[in-house]
Amino acid sequence: MQKIGVFVCHCGTNIAATVDVKAVAEALGREPSVALSVEYQYMCSEAGQNMIKDAIREYGLTGIVVCSCSPRMHEATFRKTATAAGLNPYMVEIANIREQCSWIHKNIEEATEKAIILGRTAIAKVLLNAPLTAGESPVVKRALVIGGGIAGIQTALDIAEAGYEVDIVEKNPTIGGKMTQIDKTFPTLDCAACILTPKMVDCAQHEKIKIYSYSEIESVSGFVGNFSVKIKRKARYVDETKCTGCGLCTEKCPQKKVPNEFNMGMDNRRAIYIPFAQAVPKIATIDADYCTMLKSGKCGVCAKICSVGAIDYKQQDQIIEEKYGAIVVATGFNPIKVDKYDEYAYSQSKDVITSLEFERLTNAAGPTSGTLLRPSDGKHPHTIVFIQCVGSRCTPEKGKSYCSKICCMYTAKHAMLTREKYPDTDVYVFYIDVRTPGKNFDEFYRRAVEDYGVHYIKGAVGKVVPRADGTLDVQGSDLIMNEQLHIKADLVVLAAAIEPDKSARPLATMLTASMDTNDFFTEAHAKLRPVESPTAGIFLSGACQGPKDIPETVSQASACAVKVVGLLAKDKLTCNPCVAHSDELMCNGCGQCANVCPYGAITYSEKEFRMADRTTKMRRVAYVNPAVCQGCGACTVTCPSTAMDLYGFSNEQIMAEVDAICK
Amino acid sequence: MQVNEKFVPTIVAFCCNWCSYAGADLSGTNRLQYPANVKIIRVPCSCRVNPMFILRAFQRGADGVIICGCHPGDCHYTTGNYYARRRMTMLFSMLDFMGIERKRTRLEWVSAAEGAKFAATMNSFVEEITSLGPNRRLEDLRCKK
Repeated sequence: MQKIGVFVCHCGTNIAATVDVKAVAEALGREPSVALSVEYQYMCSEAGQNMIKDAIREYGLTGIVVCSCSPRMHEATFRKTATAAGLNPYMVEIANIREQCSWIHKNIEEATEKAIILGRTAIAKVLLNAPLTAGESPVVKRALVIGGGIAGIQTALDIAEAGYEVDIVEKNPTIGGKMTQIDKTFPTLDCAACILTPKMVDCAQHEKIKIYSYSEIESVSGFVGNFSVKIKRKARYVDETKCTGCGLCTEKCPQKKVPNEFNMGMDNRRAIYIPFAQAVPKIATIDADYCTMLKSGKCGVCAKICSVGAIDYKQQDQIIEEKYGAIVVATGFNPIKVDKYDEYAYSQSKDVITSLEFERLTNAAGPTSGTLLRPSDGKHPHTIVFIQCVGSRCTPEKGKSYCSKICCMYTAKHAMLTREKYPDTDVYVFYIDVRTPGKNFDEFYRRAVEDYGVHYIKGAVGKVVPRADGTLDVQGSDLIMNEQLHIKADLVVLAAAIEPDKSARPLATMLTASMDTNDFFTEAHAKLRPVESPTAGIFLSGACQGPKDIPETVSQASACAVKVVGLLAKDKLTCNPCVAHSDELMCNGCGQCANVCPYGAITYSEKEFRMADRTTKMRRVAYVNPAVCQGCGACTVTCPSTAMDLYGFSNEQIMAEVDAICK
Repeated sequence: MQVNEKFVPTIVAFCCNWCSYAGADLSGTNRLQYPANVKIIRVPCSCRVNPMFILRAFQRGADGVIICGCHPGDCHYTTGNYYARRRMTMLFSMLDFMGIERKRTRLEWVSAAEGAKFAATMNSFVEEITSLGPNRRLEDLRCKK
């Protein structure tokens, strides 16, 4: 005879305000095989958990049902509670009466009735639960960091410092990411390169860190603690072991007309190139799209000039396979393309630029060696208009609905630096709101306005019209003064929204990690598990999870490293015991289950069975490897003889739930 | 003529643990309302939904059954939702043939981020089933206690 305990949680007023918890506890107490049914204010609190533990011991409960928040929230908590009281953790069921009842219904009567039905459903299920024991699987003590920007670098350094091996996979020829393109960083105005490049060098020199630059993830298989990853090392046509990074080839290459992505295409580089002087690894790469030798077989200048013979035109893409215990996603962001914002005339005038282009124009390593010059005629701009929220806080058809978070601050930085360097320049900033919620951020913005005399105008720009005299007519409205403005500008800078890198979506598919509608990775819990993906063993670092500035990215990167180290420090992981299993007596060895299994967990073997007439017979039967099975249940539905079933979500259990709901 | 009480349909929703169940939680977190007659059964993956469960629900008196899973390509188990899609396409057309209207069954992709879509889907499904009226076609009186 089973004895079930029912525990109804008030969750303060979260549940109790719309569900009559007393009535629920009473109604469920009348169910057969329920030994006790109680309600309490906070079941997840220590007192609540002790109440459950005492009840398990006192009544000798064989199973418990907790009517509370989503099992995604506290299933693990109550399983631990049960274990502490000597009950198998898989004899716990949660009835979700908060997220799926009290929070979505306003009518108390309806919500209470629904809560009772959900409670009954959970009771029906728990009556059929079987005690399960979790198996163990080993942990590969090595982490993979995908993306070598400041997020990836920080995470890798922290993991390596804790003593574990880390590999960084970066799709570009060098690590460093977006931060390498930035001139100065807010709010301290220290030079980005000065604080980033030492970290890049640390990565390269750390004995525990291996950098796969110019490489991409090809495929991912396995599961937490034991991922198997195929990495494509793209052919760079230069032998990495030989190249010394002297850079002679990049000066002699005759193909000079390749847009330089590092300077946002505002100047040119050669077909063989090192992205910038401080690149890590400092190895030349041949751009196959532009190299005449690779395209037509005529040239070979770089090979002739290279004193160490590092050039290899026959190099092929190479696939390597590595094992990892944990994977960190640090794929970062990109500014959106602003071509479609026709009103700002980005594609009509060279003097309408994005903020990242502005950043290059003010950088000493940029196309103008740090002198702010108009891209069209190379003259000093005397009036600059910054337009904020280009594509941020927009309708979904036109741009991004979210706030890109960093634009207010970097625009204030640009405005301030311009006024400091060129006091004769008038600087206007059009804004919707100025958002500066960070340490020393608002002070920074106020300095731009009060000390540097930047004209902040609340309002939107309707149109930018290029004039025949080379100036730009910026037509906007000032909402505070309630007037229409025409500003004759020399340069217009657009604070483009930021979006996740394009590689993130296919990567999420490979990792089976979930994303939100904007292609940012979703975290396991918005508040309590912000650096983990809901998929076990996948961690999130930096702007791939949402727009972030550098200090936030670095803190998240370090937090992420701690979570990874926490995982790698374990020798064994407990597996999910809710896996498929086959009833040998029912199985006829047809082989359909193995066909649908995405993990190859099912194998077949010949087994001897004793028949009713005392003869024996050899039969092929399926066997599920519990360490490999992830418990999706595809095989259970495919099985024509219903031999296959899933622990924790058995046919019987789900049928019982259906019955309880339809009663 | 018989005067009916307001018809409140019984609706069973199968939600996969990784996307749609989380989506349903999110619609709760965001306080997005949908009718109380939708009851959710959590399954690890949409491919865990055996056609038998749906037949059982209709036998027991469910008026509508909806299955929600991750978007194609986003399945936590890589391919589970593709199996669900094939199975349900077959099953739904067969149910239609047996006289269970096509509108009583539905397969929807709801991601963990789409709380609003979950609530909207449930609202429209309940509305549709309410307009269809009670389902008696498969209801097996011997199953009803």
